Amino acid sequence: MQEHDLSFVRAEMAAVEPPPTADRGLVSWMRRNLFASATDTIFTIIGIALVVMIVPPLIQWAFINAQWTGTDRSACATVAQGGNQPDGWSGACWAFVDAKFQQFMFGRYPVDERWRVYLAAFLFVILLVPMLAPRVPRKGLNAILLFIVFPIVAYFLLVGGAFGLVRVATPLWGGLMVTLVLAYVGITVSLPLGVLLALGRRSHMPVVKLVCVVFIETIRGIPLITVLFMASVMLPLFLPPGTSFDKLLRALIGVALFASAYMAEVIRGGLQAIPKGQYEGADALGLSYWKKMNLVVLPQAIKLVIPGIVNTFIGLFKDTSLVYIIGMFDLLGSVRQNFSDANWASPQTPITGLVFAGFVFWLFCFGMSRYSIFMERRLDTGHKR
Amino acid sequence: MKTIYKALLGSAVVAWMAAPAAAATLDDVKAKGHVQCGVSTGLAGFSAPNDKGDWTGLDVDFCRAVASAIFDDPNAVQFTPLSAKERFTALQSGEVDILSRNTTWTISRDTALGLNFAGVTYYDGQGFMINSKKLQGINSALQLSGAAVCVQAGTTTELNLADYFKANNMEYNPVVFEKLEEVNTAYDSGRCDVYTTDQSGLYAIRLTLSSPDDHIVLPEIISKEPLGPVVRHGDDQWFDIAKWVYYALLNAEELGINQGNVEESLKSDKPEVRRLLGTEEGGKLGTDLGLTNDWVVRVIKHVGNYGEIFERNVGAESPLKISRGINALWTKGGLQYGMPIR
Repeated sequence: MQEHDLSFVRAEMAAVEPPPTADRGLVSWMRRNLFASATDTIFTIIGIALVVMIVPPLIQWAFINAQWTGTDRSACATVAQGGNQPDGWSGACWAFVDAKFQQFMFGRYPVDERWRVYLAAFLFVILLVPMLAPRVPRKGLNAILLFIVFPIVAYFLLVGGAFGLVRVATPLWGGLMVTLVLAYVGITVSLPLGVLLALGRRSHMPVVKLVCVVFIETIRGIPLITVLFMASVMLPLFLPPGTSFDKLLRALIGVALFASAYMAEVIRGGLQAIPKGQYEGADALGLSYWKKMNLVVLPQAIKLVIPGIVNTFIGLFKDTSLVYIIGMFDLLGSVRQNFSDANWASPQTPITGLVFAGFVFWLFCFGMSRYSIFMERRLDTGHKR
Repeated sequence: MKTIYKALLGSAVVAWMAAPAAAATLDDVKAKGHVQCGVSTGLAGFSAPNDKGDWTGLDVDFCRAVASAIFDDPNAVQFTPLSAKERFTALQSGEVDILSRNTTWTISRDTALGLNFAGVTYYDGQGFMINSKKLQGINSALQLSGAAVCVQAGTTTELNLADYFKANNMEYNPVVFEKLEEVNTAYDSGRCDVYTTDQSGLYAIRLTLSSPDDHIVLPEIISKEPLGPVVRHGDDQWFDIAKWVYYALLNAEELGINQGNVEESLKSDKPEVRRLLGTEEGGKLGTDLGLTNDWVVRVIKHVGNYGEIFERNVGAESPLKISRGINALWTKGGLQYGMPIR
C-alpha cells in the first residue's frame, strides 16, 4: 500500500447501511404513498372504504352465493319467488349462463353443423397467432392466408351450400360468432380502406380528394344506428318484391364502411405528424408515390397512431351489439333475448346474463389493448416520451 | 310494442309503395318448403328461445300450426325475429309470409298499412299491478288516485293511462322510463306504487320481482289489445289459410279433440268431428283451402288445439300461469269463438 501524508484516507467504500428504521418497511411505504398529506389520507380512507364496500359483496354474490347448476328458474329464485332458494338469497345465476351457453356462442346455428364453426375458429386462431407473434417468419404468406384465403374458406364453411355442406342461413347465426364475424370483417376491411381514404383525402387530385372527403364526412356524420335501421327497414321497400338482401350482409357492409371512415381520420392524423422532410427525402430518392408511401411515410405514420387504431377497433367490436336493432343477435343480443324465456325469469337472471356478456366483451377488448401496448413498445424508435 | 310514429312512418311508406309482394303465397311457400314466420325478438310466453335455442311460445305455435297444415311438419317453418319497427315492412316486402308477433288489431293497420288480421289468438289489454303489502285494501284501479305509476315511455300504454285517470277524475304521478328493464327495477325497488302495461306482460314481469306473491294484478282492463297473426293484402287464399287454421284450433278445442285423442277421433261418427278432421265422405273442405283434407288432423297432431297451446305457453303449465279469462272458449264465458267448419 502507498504511504500518504494525510492522516486518514478511506481506502475502500463505506459499507452500505440499511435506511433508518423509520424509512423502512410497510409502515414507511404506507406513510410515503398513502398518508403523505391530509388530502392523501382522506383519499386513502375513501378508497379503502369503497373497496371494502364493493369487493366482499361482489365476491359473495358472484361466487359464494352463486347457483352453478339447475335446469329452470326454480334454481335461481327464492321460495317466495317460486323457487328453491331461501328467502333473502341473492347470488349470481350461473346455471342460466350454463344452460344457454351454446346459444350465447352460436345463436341458433344447427347443433349438427357446429363443428364447422369450431373448425373456422380453429383455422382463425392458428393463422392469427403466428401473425401476432413477431418472431415467426413469413409474415407475407401468413397475411395472404389470414386475410384472403381464410375469409373464403370461412365463408364456405359457415354459410355452406357447396362441397356437400348444408346451407345454414344467416338468420340462424347468433351469439359470439356474429360478434366475431362482424368484428373480423369490420377490422380487415376498415384498415386498408381507411388508409386509402386518408391518402385520398390528402391527395392533390381534386376528384379523388372530393370523393374521399364526401364519403368520410357523410358516413361519420350519420349514427351507425341510422345506417343499420335504414338498411333493414327502408332498403327492402326499394328492392323489387321477393328479393331479400341478407341481413348479416347489410350489417357487415354498414359496419365496415362506418369503421373505415373513422379509421381514415385516425390514419390522417398520423400522416400529418410526419415531417415534410420525409416526403421530400423520399421524392429526392426518386421513389414513386406508392413506394414513397409504403416504404417511408406509412410505416412511420401508422406506428404513431397505433393507440388510435386500436381504439377504433375496440369501439367497432363493441358497436357490433347495435345489430340488435335490425333483429340480429350478437352476444349481447342473445343474452338479452334469453331474458324473455319464462323458464328462467327470475330477479337474478338479467344481472347474471349482463355480467357474463360484459366479461366476454372485456376479455376481447382487454386482449386487443394489451397487444397494442406490446406493439407500441416493440416499435418504439424514439417517439416515446 | 306499439309506438305511434312508426305506424305513421309505415303508412306513409306503404302509401306510395303501390304493389305489395306477388300473390299466391301458398305456391311460394310450397316451392321453398317452409313458412317464413315473423315473430317478436323475445316476449315471454309468446316467442322466446328455449334452452336448445328452439323458438317456443303462443305466437310461435301458431306458425307451427300453419306449417303443419301445409307440410305435415311443425318444423317446416323458419322464424325471423322482428323488432316492432321492422315488422310491417318485413311483411310488406315479402321477407316473411306471416307475421305472428303480438300485433294489436287496429283499423289503421288493417286498412292503411295494407294488412289482414287472421283472428285474435290472444285478447290482451292494459292492466295494473300493485304491491298488496304496500297498498293494503286496494282491489280496484279506481282506488289508485294519487298513486305513482311506472310506465314505459313512448308507448300507447302511456296514453291509455293518461286517458283512464282523466276520465275517472283521478290524479297520478307518472314515473316514466325508456327501457323495460328500468321500469321493472324501479317498480321492484318501490319507486312507484303501480306498474301498468299489457296484462300478459304484467304476469311475465311478476316472475322477475323479488317477492312475486305480494303483487296482484287488478281486474280492470283499460284498453283493448287484441293480438293476432297478420298477412298481406292481396292474397285471399293465404289469408283464408291463416284464418281457418286459427278457427280449426278453436273448433278442435270445442269438440274436445286434442293431441292425445286425435288419432282415435278419426274413427268418430259425430258429423261435426268428421267434417273437421276430413274423414267425411266426399268432403273437400281442406282441398278448397288449397290444402289436403286431413289438414286439421296434421295441425292437432303436431301442435294441439288452442287450449293446449295456451296452457303450454302462457297458462297453467307454464311459469306465467295466466288464467284463460276472456281467452276462454265462448262456451265457457270467454271470447274465443271458432267459426263453423262445414
